[in-house]
Amino acid sequence: MTATTAASAAYIVAGLLFVLSLAGLSRHETAKTGNAYGMAGMAIALVATIGLAWRNGDALSVGLIVVAMVLGASIGLWRARIVEMTGMPELIALLHSFVGLAAVLVGWNGYLSVEGAPAGEAEELGLPVGIHSAEVAIGVFIGAVTFTGSIVAFLKLSGRIKSNPLVLPGKNALNLGALAVFAALTVVFVVSPGLGVLSGLTVLALALGWHLVASIGGGDMPVVVSMLNSYSGWAAAASGFLLDNDLLIITGALVGSSGAYLSYIMCQAMNRSFLSVIAGGFGNEGSTSAAAVDGEHTEISAEEVAQLLRDADSVVITPGYGMAVAHAQSAVADLTRTLTDKGVEVRFGIHPVAGRLPGHMNVLLAEAKVPYDVVLEMDEINDDFAKTSVVLVIGANDTVNPSAADPGSPIAGMPVLHVWEAEHVVVFKRSMSTGYAGVQNPLFFRENTRMLFGDARERVEDILRAL
Amino acid sequence: MLIGVPAETRRNETRVAATPASVGQLCALGHEVLVESGAGEAASFPDEAYVAAGARMGPADDAWGADVVLHVNAPTEDEVGRLRAGAVLVSLLAPALSPDLVQVLAARGVTALAMDAVPRISRAQSLDVLSSMANIAGYRAVVEAAHAFGRFFTGQVTAAGKVPPAKVFVAGAGVAGLAAIGAASSLGAIVRATDVRPEVAEQVRSLGGEYVGVPADEEEQAAGGGTGYASVTSESFNARAAVMYAEQARDVDVVVTTALIPGRPAPRLLTEEMVASMRPGSVVVDMAAAQGGNVAGSVPDEVVVTPNGVTIIGYTDLPARLPAQASQLFATNLVNLLKLLTPGKDGQLVLDMDDVVQRAMTVTRDGEVLWPPPPVAVSAAPVAAAPPPAPLPPPRKRQAPPGRRAALVGLAAALLFLLAAFSPSQLIGNLTVFALAVVVGFYVIGHVHHALHTPLMSVTNAISGIIVVGAILQLGHISTVVTVLAFLAVLLASINVFGGFAVTRRMLGMFRRA
Repeated sequence: MTATTAASAAYIVAGLLFVLSLAGLSRHETAKTGNAYGMAGMAIALVATIGLAWRNGDALSVGLIVVAMVLGASIGLWRARIVEMTGMPELIALLHSFVGLAAVLVGWNGYLSVEGAPAGEAEELGLPVGIHSAEVAIGVFIGAVTFTGSIVAFLKLSGRIKSNPLVLPGKNALNLGALAVFAALTVVFVVSPGLGVLSGLTVLALALGWHLVASIGGGDMPVVVSMLNSYSGWAAAASGFLLDNDLLIITGALVGSSGAYLSYIMCQAMNRSFLSVIAGGFGNEGSTSAAAVDGEHTEISAEEVAQLLRDADSVVITPGYGMAVAHAQSAVADLTRTLTDKGVEVRFGIHPVAGRLPGHMNVLLAEAKVPYDVVLEMDEINDDFAKTSVVLVIGANDTVNPSAADPGSPIAGMPVLHVWEAEHVVVFKRSMSTGYAGVQNPLFFRENTRMLFGDARERVEDILRAL
Repeated sequence: MLIGVPAETRRNETRVAATPASVGQLCALGHEVLVESGAGEAASFPDEAYVAAGARMGPADDAWGADVVLHVNAPTEDEVGRLRAGAVLVSLLAPALSPDLVQVLAARGVTALAMDAVPRISRAQSLDVLSSMANIAGYRAVVEAAHAFGRFFTGQVTAAGKVPPAKVFVAGAGVAGLAAIGAASSLGAIVRATDVRPEVAEQVRSLGGEYVGVPADEEEQAAGGGTGYASVTSESFNARAAVMYAEQARDVDVVVTTALIPGRPAPRLLTEEMVASMRPGSVVVDMAAAQGGNVAGSVPDEVVVTPNGVTIIGYTDLPARLPAQASQLFATNLVNLLKLLTPGKDGQLVLDMDDVVQRAMTVTRDGEVLWPPPPVAVSAAPVAAAPPPAPLPPPRKRQAPPGRRAALVGLAAALLFLLAAFSPSQLIGNLTVFALAVVVGFYVIGHVHHALHTPLMSVTNAISGIIVVGAILQLGHISTVVTVLAFLAVLLASINVFGGFAVTRRMLGMFRRA
């Protein structure tokens, strides 16, 4: 057993642990074990790699590794500890950007230590230099797209820039053109590798990543985050090719394909074509043609809502991003417990794209200790609304919009929660403005709908007091 | 439209396809209802109650001659002859087992909807008469067993001595089995249950039963976990199951068997030796007697007492033994179907062949046989395969047509081949690993629970921080620029690795069950 074979063996074990980790994460019962497998795999991979570096390198580089990792670990653990569950989407998007940037750096290093190295100092390769150059180009490209894409997603999710889709003229042509230029630059780079070509390629990829995500509206963010997750995997896999490292390839491909599949599942849930979401811009074409909806909405007070709830047999709560913004999850959980103690059946209906991250609402409700078996998916609860006394729509808008059944509407065909079939609907909202898709919601003007304006958490607390 | 509800003519049938309550709901959908006089008598629904709910009473011929005929059992040949051409018939039809009946219905120009062909997806549950009837049958099976069993079900300590609780064993934890478990445990018995699907253990426990599994065989767990419902099992599995059944048979007082495989004879679960090993006075209810029986020696529709004093009940009409209850649930299922078929609530019947539920149920239409329907994506993967809710007008785009798919797959294969064929051997190794890992990644999260999307994503994010390995390997390089860049990359990727796992841990720690 040499150091190299030992490291390769450790990589195989680590790769399998990652597979087990992802498999474990698909069920509640095994999720924690799954996470533990992931950590074990990562620990094994890191120990093996550092061991290898120790053997091959000098004390200085090992010292640098340790310093960098301790720094990174403390930043990462600190962020993970203080992040609020409502800020989870931003954090994950930001973390994706780190992987992207790391992939860019690894790619550049690949170039600098082979093609770009002074004569005589270049590393030995088992491959023709041309293939290595192509790998560098592809790795840098994917990494850079992931990097800027994630940064834009982060900025949009944290509200630092507008979440409206950016519409440049001929955006599809721009994207396709960028791909074509990338292909051309790759060929040039393979033929005559040079710092200028690589820089051009990096800038092009950075711009493409920025444009891709900037042209996707806020409503599609869950899909975007999951897609960037997939990209970050592909970036890691590309680096694996570059360094001839199987662990990177396995892990990158695992993350890449599982992330792509997750995005696909979500697109199906929204009845949207996968391609049109990743190519950016949904609802931009038809939004003006949608019939203007207006009418009289009726307000209700917190005391009256409390009265409604007291007389109800069954209550369904459909939360949306507004609940996350108002940090209302704990108050909502208290309300759930109070009502359950009074013998009212309380359940939650979660739209697949509620929030800004897939499963966002589930995480928030779990944080507030709402038992997960009363938290149902859209398909599980949609047929029950007709038998429900009161539906509380807390900060959701597009996911409960009845105009999805109207072919002229920009959200036509998107499956929605049929809250309007219930006896009473109470909508918690700050104002009468539209949701992320920019579509007015006729639900607010229905006869059985009452509006409760104000901050969701304060209003829920008012209801609790009245109960 | 005029809905006719003729009386049932099958021997011992007590059910009826409409109750006064369901008649009211049908009228509310804009339909007129004509019930055959005396149709509800066996189920304790007198004619006056139907009239009070808004129905007309009439002779059998009028009921059969209506636009829409609701019935429980499949019609006899004579009854088919009384249907109008162009009428709609809704009843149990067993289209797979009675091709002749299907042909006759088609020839008659009748649109026939089979209530026993409702696809098992969550949206269609409100129409699923098989589930409603199985629920009743499971309950009744326990009641029949209690009736034939010479002791209490519950344990008691009395002045006249101690009474041990009865032990009940339920084979098969489908709807009927679960109903039997619930009924038996609410009578106070100790209930054990088994099923080929280990994942139902939780449901068994929720009803007060104890789950008895077949000892696991590692290979099988990996290969077939979760596919055993209503399907054929392997030889070695059956051998291990038989050992378990033999043990239970010796120990328990009452056995209820519910194992059925559609379109095949029922699997034999209890052999003659096992029945012979049971204590005298024990009771076995074989709910699969009509399909050949799960128990050796059961006779359909009869009660047999074996030489060692074990009573084997083989009733096949268990739901019909609760006439009012069975009629109520059956009729409600029919009302739910008609709600689906009368979207305008205006008495106009619309059959939407793009709706998987309606398509699956439609056996014949306009003289054409439409059985068997195209397969429906069943509920196994609720997130991925759930069909869109019915009232939304634009039907979702199906997958690309098979021709195009094949072309795409072929193109991808050819490209991959060319790429690999012109690559040096090291790259081929890398490509192999890459291709396999892509496939694994795709399948490994196939059935992810919707609530776990966020943790899954944050864990994959942490894992993709594996790029740290690449950066570490580059750090040993002599060039200062490379070292600085690699240092940065290690730093960034470490944030990802540690932050990702920590945040996932935090999230998962919050999930809990009631």
